[in-house]
Amino acid sequence: MEDGIKETIKKYILDEFLPGEDPNNLTDDTPLISGGILDSIATLKLVMFMEERFGITLAAHEADKEHLDTLTDIVRLVSEKKS
Amino acid sequence: MSDMRALHKSFVEAAARFPTNIAVVEPGEGSISYQSLDELSSRVCEYLHGLGVGPGERVGLYLRKSIDTVAAIYGTLKSGAAYVPVDSTAPPARNAYIMHNCGVKVLITEARFEDKLKQEIDNLGGPIPHLLILDGTGGGHPLTNALTAKGLSSVTTSIPVLSPRHDDLAYILYTSGSTGKPKGVMLTHENAVSFVDWCSEVFQPHFTDRFSSHAPFHFDLSILDIHVSLKHGATLVLVGEDIGKDPVRLAKLVSDERISIWYSAPSILSLLAQFGNLAVYDYSALRHVLFAGEVFPVKHLRTLTQLLPIPRYFNLYGPTETNVCNFHEVPLPVPDDRTTPYPIGKVCSHLAGKVIDESGVEITTGQEGELCISGRGVMEGYWSLPEQTAHGFLTDADGTRWYKTGDIVVEAEDRIFIYRGRRDRMVKRRGYRVELGEIEAGLYKHPLIKEVAVVAAPDEEAGVKINAFLSGKEAKRLSLIEIKRFCSENLPLYMIPDRFTWYDALPKTSTDKIDYQRLKEAN
Repeated sequence: MEDGIKETIKKYILDEFLPGEDPNNLTDDTPLISGGILDSIATLKLVMFMEERFGITLAAHEADKEHLDTLTDIVRLVSEKKS
Repeated sequence: MSDMRALHKSFVEAAARFPTNIAVVEPGEGSISYQSLDELSSRVCEYLHGLGVGPGERVGLYLRKSIDTVAAIYGTLKSGAAYVPVDSTAPPARNAYIMHNCGVKVLITEARFEDKLKQEIDNLGGPIPHLLILDGTGGGHPLTNALTAKGLSSVTTSIPVLSPRHDDLAYILYTSGSTGKPKGVMLTHENAVSFVDWCSEVFQPHFTDRFSSHAPFHFDLSILDIHVSLKHGATLVLVGEDIGKDPVRLAKLVSDERISIWYSAPSILSLLAQFGNLAVYDYSALRHVLFAGEVFPVKHLRTLTQLLPIPRYFNLYGPTETNVCNFHEVPLPVPDDRTTPYPIGKVCSHLAGKVIDESGVEITTGQEGELCISGRGVMEGYWSLPEQTAHGFLTDADGTRWYKTGDIVVEAEDRIFIYRGRRDRMVKRRGYRVELGEIEAGLYKHPLIKEVAVVAAPDEEAGVKINAFLSGKEAKRLSLIEIKRFCSENLPLYMIPDRFTWYDALPKTSTDKIDYQRLKEAN
């Protein structure tokens, strides 16, 4: 299940915020917020996508660098919310 | 000049008049009364006086926005020195450059920045200023502790408010510079006080008001937030960097804190209107919504005013060099079919304005030209940049100095001005001034980048999109992830381009310069 989540999120990030990027360059540990890939509006869009796609609700304080900085972090958060 | 007042004089008077009023609220960290803020800032002043700081000196503030920072601002002003606030989220190298550039005598900062900052100042050839290191920020406690550790546990004498001289600076605000280095805009006490007094006249603040402090302190919007609220015995509510960007949490905070006077760039108001879920909260305290820093897309302004129809809305306009110089109250409702942005409005009463053509001659109603501003609010100049300062002004035969805003306007009826665009390569993004040349200079630092050209294009949703065109020294191009990470380490976040496009070589003009025109068309 986690792989499915990861691929969905990864595809969304690549399509929306990294058009043309080689998918192999976006690894599980690539810093997304601290690495300048997701700015504040992009982060909001990602949160809205996650909420809609996975039927979860993120608390306001979870939409930040602590919780969403890498694919690993995001998958962990979504998995916790879904279980 | 006989009526010369120090910027902090009104705060000291308000503290005597409203000692128990809450001066500053820092959500989650606490609050501070006028009396306590007055005392804490006096201790900062004593500390600075002990180091020989006085008029003609500068004190750097490299701190997260907090009660500690507000106390440090007033402590610096009381000492007679000018404060130099920097963006605590910007790369340390940029902040070190600013501190070194204007030669701060004392730098108040947080322990987490200390090592990197010292190293960067050292790289610039030093010297390291006196450092007051705070163990973090929050509620004024780390500042109190740091002063106590320096043996300043109470204020022994009352500090007289000295009348500043004509050219004494109150603060220096660094803005994006076209050469790739930020430049310091020098503002005197007279500049600041004339602006603050104008705000008092137009917005009629009351001691029961609760002001937002959304803009960071290195941004000129903070002058209104801090110095207008604390002049009138009102309360200033600090909005942290994280919450400030998050419409969901911010919408709740504005309601919970019963903000009555809001001031920010339009971009966050657009986000609040779209994502803030405003209908579920109580905003009955809100009486003024002020915005400045960029054009407010009418679509989002309409949504906002439909959701919050009670407050009055003011479009404020002005560069850091003059602070607000024009203003326009938006008449409600915003018509359904309106798409044209609202005017920047009339020139403020403490200033004068005129429009000039390319040869510097004043032009008459109905034609486009560059807006120039003169009067008590206009800056002294740029810190140690006499040529850029001279270039920024036009001097009349009678000696009046007019600051050339670089903004193209047209005068409609009744001295109301309409903004048309920029004359140069500066754009506004999320309320920040961005010199495209500074982004280029930042990208050129990458060892594999050979050529860079950055152009801006208008965008209905975001206001402006920034596109970078690049060519590399090697056949292998940097990936988007690599280039974005490099930007995040070398540029403030608001300067990171939206799009990167690689060329084998950038198109050139016949004189072998980068052909910006063709790149713009390629956009």
